Amino acid sequence: MVTGAMPPTSAQPPSEGTCDAMTTTAVPSKIRVEKVSFAYSNAEALRAVSLDVYPHEVTVLFGPARSGKTTLLRLLNRLTDLLEGTRRSGHIYLDGQDIFAPDVDVAELRRRVGMVFAMPIPLPMSIRANLTYGLQLKGIRDRALLEARVESALRAAALWDEVKDRLEDPASSLSGGQQQRLCLARILALEPEVILLDNPTSGLDPISTSKVEASLHELRQRYTIIAVPHSVQQAARIADRAAFMLGGEIIEVGTAREIFTRPRDPRTRDYVEGRFG
Amino acid sequence: MAIEQQAATQAVPVARRRRLRGETAAEALVRLSGISVIIFVVLVFVFLAREGIPAFFEVEAGNLLGTRWYPTVGRYGLLPLITGSLLVTAGAVLISVPLGLAAAIYMHELAPAWLREILKPLIEILAGIPSVVLGFLGMIAVAPLLREHLNMPTGLSAFAGSVMLAYMALPTIISVSDDAIDAVPRSYRDASLALGANHWQTVCHAVVPAARSGIMVAVMLGIGRAIGETMAVLMVTGNAARMPDGLSALFQPVRTMTATIAAEMGEVANGSVHYHVLFAIGIVLFLITFLVNLLASVLMLRRGTRRDQLLE
Ligand SMILES: Nc1ncnc2c1ncn2[C@@H]1O[C@H](COP(=O)(O)OP(=O)(O)OP(=O)(O)O)[C@@H](O)[C@H]1O
Ligand SMILES: [Mg+2]
Repeated sequence: MVTGAMPPTSAQPPSEGTCDAMTTTAVPSKIRVEKVSFAYSNAEALRAVSLDVYPHEVTVLFGPARSGKTTLLRLLNRLTDLLEGTRRSGHIYLDGQDIFAPDVDVAELRRRVGMVFAMPIPLPMSIRANLTYGLQLKGIRDRALLEARVESALRAAALWDEVKDRLEDPASSLSGGQQQRLCLARILALEPEVILLDNPTSGLDPISTSKVEASLHELRQRYTIIAVPHSVQQAARIADRAAFMLGGEIIEVGTAREIFTRPRDPRTRDYVEGRFG
Repeated sequence: MAIEQQAATQAVPVARRRRLRGETAAEALVRLSGISVIIFVVLVFVFLAREGIPAFFEVEAGNLLGTRWYPTVGRYGLLPLITGSLLVTAGAVLISVPLGLAAAIYMHELAPAWLREILKPLIEILAGIPSVVLGFLGMIAVAPLLREHLNMPTGLSAFAGSVMLAYMALPTIISVSDDAIDAVPRSYRDASLALGANHWQTVCHAVVPAARSGIMVAVMLGIGRAIGETMAVLMVTGNAARMPDGLSALFQPVRTMTATIAAEMGEVANGSVHYHVLFAIGIVLFLITFLVNLLASVLMLRRGTRRDQLLE
């Protein structure tokens, strides 16, 4: 019965095994979203959303356009703070700590929960400075340490070989795919705990896309990852756990196998099978 | 039914023909105004060249490039005037750029919305104050202030001119910089904030550098306006055509190119050497302003293409 979306899922049995194991043994969640509602000044975006995100997994948020995926990501590191006239209720906990508590250092929170945007935005400075920017703001001055972080972050983002000889060039001189990986690298340089990826392969060619997907599998060892994929197929390829979003609500959450092979909710099933408008 | 259809098929061509005629007329008018602008510019330049170029034949180069401007005894050294203009303008840049940029950042990033609503139009009004009024203000308010507090024999100096020119350049610098900052996509802020920067760090390291070329244009346009300004500097710089000697010259009287033309044009005999030299000064001034404006448009153009790259 389930057809189109299935093959990619079956391509990754090992991760599913670990994933199922994790749900049964009660691992404490890294991030807990509790009945969060959110509205922009002119539009409601999230309605009573609850979600548990577990460490060392790739959690995927997928669903049709305008379903609130980006909004939920931006709430997790409080990038929504800047907008005026927004309304929010509910709680988000990172390691059990309420991120909206008044004593939370927002800059520190954003270093722990790094975000890679759908559109790569290199800051108007050199490639190297893009990587050291966050570190220097954090107070790291030691040149050797900065150098080491630059190299390891670029290697982790599979960009080192392409840019190692031109670190002083303006970051805007990189290609779109390289810029996307630079944005990932500059988050990795901060050694965050959680990485939020909003459509990290938008505008990338298939080869770069599979590079990024492969690096996600590696990064999962060290980080907790929440990603918005660009298609159901990609969701199925990268997810350990998936949440289907629709109209600002989370319709169904489960392990990748549950969601992509035997979804319980008919709306999830329709979307996964590509029968949704 | 059939009649209606017929009427419709007839009505369309008539309406179209009428519209076409209207369009042709409008197009002709627009084209005429466009061409006349070009003609006027060319005429101005031809006139300037015809009256000014003879000076380069009547006065030998050594004299023109000399440091003494005494037209009554045949010394036509342009250097004191050119350096005077540059000195006053440089002073104006030093004053107006940091102030203007700071004001733009304040307005865009820190001021509450209601204050911003008041500041924007106020600055536009500032830009509309006639320069004679500013010059008058400079004479009765700024110059005496300088004389008392800086212990100068007379407050009328290059510095007073710089202050007045800075005052005139500020509105342009502020409002064009403000637009440039406004044009920085919000995603730049997000990118910087997501790396753990606070608002202020984001403004300094991401927003302003991203608006860099727009801010350069703002400075160019502001200075372009100030450098060709006559009245304010004529009234407050003291009008002594002497060679500036180092930084202290900023606090001594100088004379700019514009002030020289304005002050002496009324007294010279039409067609005399002095008359031609004054026009030659005009040519020099024209070239300088032209270069500044050219630089501004090149920067503007570059900014345009970069924005395109960003969007694709
Ligand atoms: N900055 C904003 N101001 C006002 N409304 C917004 C803003 N950003 C998003 N919205 C609205 O919030 C709702 C959810 O948008 P969101 O961007 O979270 O959806 P999404 O699932 O990420 O969609 P997409 O797949 O298109 O990226 C939409 O109705 C959208 O119009
Ligand atoms: Mg989105």
